[in-house]
Amino acid sequence: MTSSKILILLLFSASGLVFLWSLYRRLSLVQLGRDENRLDRFGDRFSNMLLYAFGQKRVLARPYGINHAIFFWACLFLVAVNLEFVLGGIFPALHLSHLPAFLYFPIRLISDIVSLMTLGAVVAALVRRTFFPLYPEARNFEGYFIVAVIAVHMLAYFGINATELTLGQERAGSWMPVSLFASRFLADVSPTGLENLGAFSWWVHALALLVIFNYLIPYSKHLHVITAIGNCFFRPLDNPGTPKRETFEPGENFGADSVTKLTWKDLFDSLACTECGRCEEACPAWHTGKTLNPRRLIHDIKVNLLGNAEEVKKGNDPILPLIGGSEEGSCQEEAIWDCTTCGACLEACPVFIEHPHKTIQMRRFLVQERARFPEELLNLFENTEQRSNPWGMPPADRAKWCSPFGDRPYDAESCDYLFFVGCAGAYDNRSKHVTAALGMILDAAGVSWGILGKEELCCGDSLRKLGNEYVFDQLARQNVSLFKERGVKKIVTQCPHCFNTLKNDYRQYGVEVEVIHHSELILDLLEQGRLTLPGTVSQGRMVFHDSCYLGRHNGTFTAPRQVLKKATGQEPGDLTRNKENGFCCGAGGGRMWMEELSGTRINLERVKEALQEKPDTICVTCPYCMTMLGDGLKDEGEDQVRVKDIAEVVAESLNKS
Amino acid sequence: MLAIACIKQVPDTTQVQIDPETNTLVLEGIPFIVNPYDTHALEESLRVRETFGMRAIALSMGPPNAEATLRKACAVGVDEAILLSDRCFGGADTLATSNVLSAAIERLAQDEELGIVFCGKQTIDGDTAQVGPGIASRLGLQQLTLVDKIDHLDMEQKTIRVRRKLEGRHEIVEAPLPVMITTVRELNRPRYPTVPMRLAAQEVEVKTWDNNILGLDPETVGLKGSPTWVCKIFSPDRDQGEIIGDGVNDPEGTAGLLIDKLLSKDLLAV
Repeated sequence: MTSSKILILLLFSASGLVFLWSLYRRLSLVQLGRDENRLDRFGDRFSNMLLYAFGQKRVLARPYGINHAIFFWACLFLVAVNLEFVLGGIFPALHLSHLPAFLYFPIRLISDIVSLMTLGAVVAALVRRTFFPLYPEARNFEGYFIVAVIAVHMLAYFGINATELTLGQERAGSWMPVSLFASRFLADVSPTGLENLGAFSWWVHALALLVIFNYLIPYSKHLHVITAIGNCFFRPLDNPGTPKRETFEPGENFGADSVTKLTWKDLFDSLACTECGRCEEACPAWHTGKTLNPRRLIHDIKVNLLGNAEEVKKGNDPILPLIGGSEEGSCQEEAIWDCTTCGACLEACPVFIEHPHKTIQMRRFLVQERARFPEELLNLFENTEQRSNPWGMPPADRAKWCSPFGDRPYDAESCDYLFFVGCAGAYDNRSKHVTAALGMILDAAGVSWGILGKEELCCGDSLRKLGNEYVFDQLARQNVSLFKERGVKKIVTQCPHCFNTLKNDYRQYGVEVEVIHHSELILDLLEQGRLTLPGTVSQGRMVFHDSCYLGRHNGTFTAPRQVLKKATGQEPGDLTRNKENGFCCGAGGGRMWMEELSGTRINLERVKEALQEKPDTICVTCPYCMTMLGDGLKDEGEDQVRVKDIAEVVAESLNKS
Repeated sequence: MLAIACIKQVPDTTQVQIDPETNTLVLEGIPFIVNPYDTHALEESLRVRETFGMRAIALSMGPPNAEATLRKACAVGVDEAILLSDRCFGGADTLATSNVLSAAIERLAQDEELGIVFCGKQTIDGDTAQVGPGIASRLGLQQLTLVDKIDHLDMEQKTIRVRRKLEGRHEIVEAPLPVMITTVRELNRPRYPTVPMRLAAQEVEVKTWDNNILGLDPETVGLKGSPTWVCKIFSPDRDQGEIIGDGVNDPEGTAGLLIDKLLSKDLLAV
């Protein structure tokens, strides 16, 4: 073995060990977080990893994703080829050229083409980062540095091949069109010159590898090449927007004010983020000029983790606060309260980072440990705790809307469904029309239903999303025990927030009840022929606004649209941002009860988007959306456009005689 | 020095209905809450504790289940909570109530100097606004009612200067400690209990003092000590509404008229 080969052997062995050590050091930081089980249902997780990490499914959901997918797949291939490069450099016997031609030639061909595609992707990445970045700070040194290193690596690769081809050391020449093309430029170079150029290219190629493995991967956001694969494996398998339960024992900590109180998965998320900016592009808060930026949130958690790790490992308290500081690595309180938990970020993230969980954890800390929250929430918290509805209305009035229907107490024997009316449906004057419309539809279809009347409590959605888990927990326990006591089997709701809470959150309380939102039940009744409409009533030009908690969080997109089609004979139009990419009305996550003090108003942005379609009727499936869009229309001075729930549209067609 | 908050458990009156036949309150199934005005008294006792190092004590006279009210006081951080409960205290009017509360305060003041007694300006069930002043009279304390701001508390000179919210005006008065203050809503914003405090409050011991401890003449407490008799309870008829101005053609002028009207009825503060 020559001395240069010994040098290479030592260099790459050392580099490999340093790489593994750096990786371990960084990844082991997640152990500073709390426990959380993400190793259940291995098969599902594995197939998710194949589909989303190796298949790049979510990456490809946006136009520039193809560029990333090329990088990714090329990297997978080139990692293997580069292993050969290093080993072959040290032990020539391991060189691929010893393979039989039918294997070796195609490998060379693919390497050549993949490397060229990677170079093409580098150019596209440079153009994009420079001229169309998703956010201005994306034009940073690190972003350009990585593409430069990849470009150098590829060019050196062609340099090596071209010299070998010119020197006649490569037998697969005709299978290497790009390298062959490059070799043409070397025709006049002397053999010594070629030898030197080959050696130079080899070292540049090797150096680029060292930079990638010993700096870029372990110490930059490019750690994501490893962690993103893990994140697809560890992704939430059930409803990703459902917060975890807290237990209320003396001596426990509630919520998170430091990285050590987040879970290891929260910390892993921060290491998996490549700061692509898709979350902020989708976020209604950031879009309307609020403080919250979901990308920044995850970035700050990472900076906080890295900044505090040494102290925390020594058993000391963190130096850099997670909440309230103004520096990088600290989340501003205002940002924590800006989130509508609409889940647009969850949907947009190619690697399943769970942003709202972190916000809710920090809200839990602020509300439960510090009693610090925007002052308008005090009434909400006290009303909901004392009178089990957000407005503090008398519980005895909860069933008042029902007087035209007579007494309808729920009884397991005689009722098909418990109609969980919800606070808005029971007290809000506008929403009471929807409640009555649904009651009428169910009667017309011969579905027997009953209500819990004054015993029904708020489902607790807003409180949970606002971090008041303690009071949510009380409401959930009482509602769940009432369901059990009354033998409830099936529940219909007219509010997606009740629907989601009963269906997903209450499952954590061991309740096994079938919960259905009225859009799906009505469609079912129409399709079964149990509900027949004497005719259709046109609503003029109709557009449909997706509720986040019915749509994105629970995947119900088609049912309300089909109901509208059956009731009116017309297809409802869509807004520009629809279905999975729908834009929040601004009321989720407890924002319904809060002032919107900074930026422009989310509901106005959504109403303006709807008005571009020149609708006569905006159809909704949620009382919050109804309020927010109705208010938005008033602010826009649009008194001709109406907001209607799909149940009202159906009821109008039902009443057509 | 002691800062004592007198708080009362009351039925949530927004949920109370009157039985039209018997003219009595239907209290069955109605949840109890801390009298809302008393939450401001409680909050202020906590604030003077934090600022001036006083010891905050919550006192309540009521049946054994009023302990829940005192636990809420513990959850926001009082140093001690004492329930004054005895069968013979039952059926008390404001006179008998202030006798019991005064006796308890006197007993506390034997061991520690009394600073301020805070009471809500009135309760939402009785609405008499008599118990606070009753305590002040019985104990010979300066009484500062309807306070919406504590301007100055001088712990050296032992004086206090407060602002009283009266109809259409404010009055700034100064008095030597100890004083009895009744609180209005504008005085402060009651704090929200933290979860660790709520959990701790479940474990705290709420002391109960009965008449063996207070030693009051049974003729001066409870129903026996109450000269007030309730003859009839009824919902008063609603006043006729009135239309002022012309809101369609002159919204600004009409808004002005409405503001004047609300000001004249003291429904709006400037």
